[in-house]
This record gives sequence, C-alpha cells and structure tokens, in this order.
Amino acid sequence: MSRKNQLYAWLLLLPALFFLVSFTHFPTLKTLWRSVSTLGAQDAPLTIDNYLFLLEDETLIQVLSNSFYYALVTVPVSIVVALAMALWVNSKMSGRSALRLAYFTPTILPMISVANIWLFFYSPEIGMFNAILDWFGHSGINWLGDPDYSLFSLMVMTIWKEAGFFMIFYLAALQAISPELYNAAAIEDSSAWNTFKRITLPLLMPTTLFVLVNAVLNAFKLVDHLFILTKGGPNNASNLLLYYIYENAFSFFDIGYAAVLTVILLLILVVLAIIQFTVLEKRIHYR
Amino acid sequence: MNPVIKLASTSVAWLLGIAWVFPLLYAFWAAFHPPEYATQLSLFAPLSLENFKAAWQQAPFLRYMFNTLVITSLILVSQLVLCTLAAYALARMQFFGSALVFALILMQLMVVPEILIVENYQTLATFNIIDTYLGVGLPYLASAFGIFLLRQTFMTVPQDLEDAAKIEGCSLLGIIWKVYVPLAKPTYFAFALVSISYHWNNFLWPLVVTNTEQSRPLTVGMAIFGAPESGVDWSIICAGTLISVGPLLLLFLIFQRQFVQSFIHAGIK
Repeated sequence: MSRKNQLYAWLLLLPALFFLVSFTHFPTLKTLWRSVSTLGAQDAPLTIDNYLFLLEDETLIQVLSNSFYYALVTVPVSIVVALAMALWVNSKMSGRSALRLAYFTPTILPMISVANIWLFFYSPEIGMFNAILDWFGHSGINWLGDPDYSLFSLMVMTIWKEAGFFMIFYLAALQAISPELYNAAAIEDSSAWNTFKRITLPLLMPTTLFVLVNAVLNAFKLVDHLFILTKGGPNNASNLLLYYIYENAFSFFDIGYAAVLTVILLLILVVLAIIQFTVLEKRIHYR
Repeated sequence: MNPVIKLASTSVAWLLGIAWVFPLLYAFWAAFHPPEYATQLSLFAPLSLENFKAAWQQAPFLRYMFNTLVITSLILVSQLVLCTLAAYALARMQFFGSALVFALILMQLMVVPEILIVENYQTLATFNIIDTYLGVGLPYLASAFGIFLLRQTFMTVPQDLEDAAKIEGCSLLGIIWKVYVPLAKPTYFAFALVSISYHWNNFLWPLVVTNTEQSRPLTVGMAIFGAPESGVDWSIICAGTLISVGPLLLLFLIFQRQFVQSFIHAGIK
C-alpha cells in the first residue's frame, strides 16, 4: 500500500513539477552554464570572459545603481502611502468604499496601458505636469528626456501603480486587530498618535515585512513601463537590471553576457529569499 | 481627534483618491472627445466615438483580445488542474522526497519565469514553438503559488470526510474531485482572479516570444500601437487603451468585492 501510495503521490506531482522544473530550475542551472560557455551568441570553450567584462562594464554600474536607487525610493514611499490609504479606508470616513475602489484601480490595469497614458502626462509640450508647472510660471521639465528626471518620473508612476496593491494587505491586517485593544487604549485616554504608535504599528509589523519583500521583488521584476516611457534612456539614466538583460539578449544578441547579468539578478533574488525565510518567518510568529 | 487635523486628513485622502483614478478618467475624457479636446477640458466639448473607430481600424484589437483570451484561459485551466493534483499530494500524502519537492516549489515563488527570459526563449526555440499560444503559456502552465495556496486550503479539510469517501469506494481522483475541490471553492475563485489579472496584464514574456498577430496578446499589441514611431495621436491611443482594459475593468467592477477579498486571501496564505 505504501509503495502504491508513493507512486500515486509522484504521479499527481509529476505534471506540475515538470513545468516548474523545466521553466525555472532547469533554466537557472542552464544560465550558470551559459555564462561560462557562451561568448556573444556563439558557443565557446570554458571561459570567464563574460565575468571579466562585468568588471569593465560601466553601463552595468549605472544600471545597478539605478535599480537599487529605484527600489530604495519606490519601496518605502509605496509602503507609507499604502499604510495611510489603508488607515483611511478602514476609518469611519464617509465614502470609504469609493476611495478603496479608487486606490485599488491602478493595480488591476496593465502596466503597458497605463504607461501609455502617463507618457502623455509627461510629454514636454502638451503634457499635464508641464501644464501645472506653467500655472506657477515654471518653463517646464523634460520629464522623460532629461537624465536628471527620467528615473524619478518612472518612480512616481511606479508608486502610483503599486501603493493600492500593498494597501490591500494592510487593510486585511488592520481588520484583524482586536477592537478590545483600542477600547483599552480609549480607557487609558491614550492619544490617537500614541495608540497608533503603540498598538497599530507594532501589530502591522509582520505585514510590513511581507509587503517589504514583495515590493523589493517587484522593483527588480517589473520593467514593463520602461518599454513605453524611457526605453532605459536617455543614455541609460533610467535603465534597470531586467531591462538591461532584455537589451543584451534581444537587441545586442549577446546571450553570454545576458546570462551573466541574469546570474546577478538571481543572486539578488536569493538574498531576498533568505531574508524572507529567516527574518520574516520568525517575526510572523511573534504575533 | 482634533477637527482641523481630521478635515486635513480627509482632504488628503480624497485628493489622493482623485490622483489615483485621474489617469483612467483622463483616458475616458480623451477617448470620447475629438482630438482637439485632448489637452483642454471644456464642458461644451462634443462627445464622439470617432477615436474608437480609428483605433479599431488601426490595430487588430479583436485578434489581440482573442489571443489574450485564449492564452489566459489556457494557462488558467492548466493551472487549476495541475495545481490541484500537486497540492493534494503535498497536503495529504506521505512520500519520499516531499520536503525536497516543497522546497523546489517555494523556490519558484521567488525566481519567477520572467527573469529567465533568455534561457526560456532558447528552450522554446529548440522546440520550434516561438509565436504560438502554447509558447506564451508554457512557462506558466503550473503555478507554485497556486500549489502553495491550495495545499494550505486542503490541509484544513477534515480527514474524516476523506475516510468516509474511501469507505464508499471513491477512487483517489474521485476523492479530490468530490471532497476537496468543492470545499476549496473560495480559494479557487481567489486564485483564478489573481491568475487572470496577472496573465491578462503580462507583457515581457509575450513580447519576447511573439512575432506576429498570430499569437500577440493585447499588452504587446498596445505597446506597438502606442509607440511614438507609430504616429497615432493621443485620443486614439486612449481609445485603444480603454478597449484593451475594458473587459478586465468590467470584470473588476462587477466582482469588486471578490477581487479585493481574493487579493487579500491570496496574499495572506
């Protein structure tokens, strides 16, 4: 019976496992192999040239610093905005379900479609942002074409796209907090800020960590808007790691170097995974 | 709370809300008015459907939409079946190597197929299935996330129900179909909504593996349609955008509550 059970279990797992392994685990190993066995688009004997090029590639330094800077700004800002949204939607404010709908809408729209609309907002002559600046007598900014602003413009749109999604998790966590805690705080005559700091915020800690990891992951995984808004430009000023991988593989046809870059991205994700499964899992139980 | 602070907080909440729906409202405005009103808001602007007509003529939206529909359904159906089978094995069966399998699945939650576009493209090229529905769907036919979600749900099903079904002579697949699937309906619903909106919106992988209208989904079609090189004007792009998000937006408005619940449900597990 037990042996039959073993067989059945594996038969049930096999189809799903086949696809997961073929398109995640196997290509991960294949990427490692390709990074030392392919130069340009050609097979080569074992080589570390791709890795040597890594050290000379100034664009990569720019791309990596863009990626980290992008994550460092969009993640905390999205989280703070999401928390504020959740608090508003969870309060007794009238019209809160309309607000919830408004905040959540960007989440379900495709990045590509909304980027098309934002492209118009950012356009130098007729765009909305420059029209607003014009009211204040400012001559306008080339939001996407100026290397000083292009990454910033991407960040603004990303925060708009992501905050509503993270709000949902905070909302769920807020609704799970026992009202007795707030009653106790009211009896103690605790100020609103004090109650927030001493009760709400600590109880939201596990959610914050969960959202944090997912937000950082998204910051490295989601580059759809680059295709519409900046194409990584001007002069790589807004290029991000995954987009740079795409460029190397499908525009420059340097498959070997794209593999090395993928290895870097995989390493970043592994570090994030370790953080999630050690720090995060431990903290979650303290509730 | 201090009434002044309260008023300020409410105002900021609404300002933010308006900012968050503004792009969509703007798209509606521009799409339903003649192009000269794209940059000026006027109460007397005449309504017009010309932009939709132009957009419809300039890009094969019907074809794109059909492609997206086929790809999304293909992925969803396959995911539901494969994830159910795997989740049952992981939730209720003891077998050699289960810890390893579970670790492999958790790993896939982090390393998603998107970042492996280079290798996955090579795989598809080897099998000559670039630019096909199957090619776009293949890396997503099983979902680690779905397996994980269903496993958690199946583990809460009382063992007694399964034992009773066994006594009645139910086969293994019969038990899964008649006992577990009906009890996990909310999870299936949640997973389906998350999966549909993910794959309806997915872009990078379809961009890489599609070359023609044959298999190109809406997102990739929109990127080409909206590219500055195509020289299409804003009002028409907005109309195209609305056409492309229309079905999903409608689904969202109808199932608004379920959507929000689903995302929570899927995120917490």
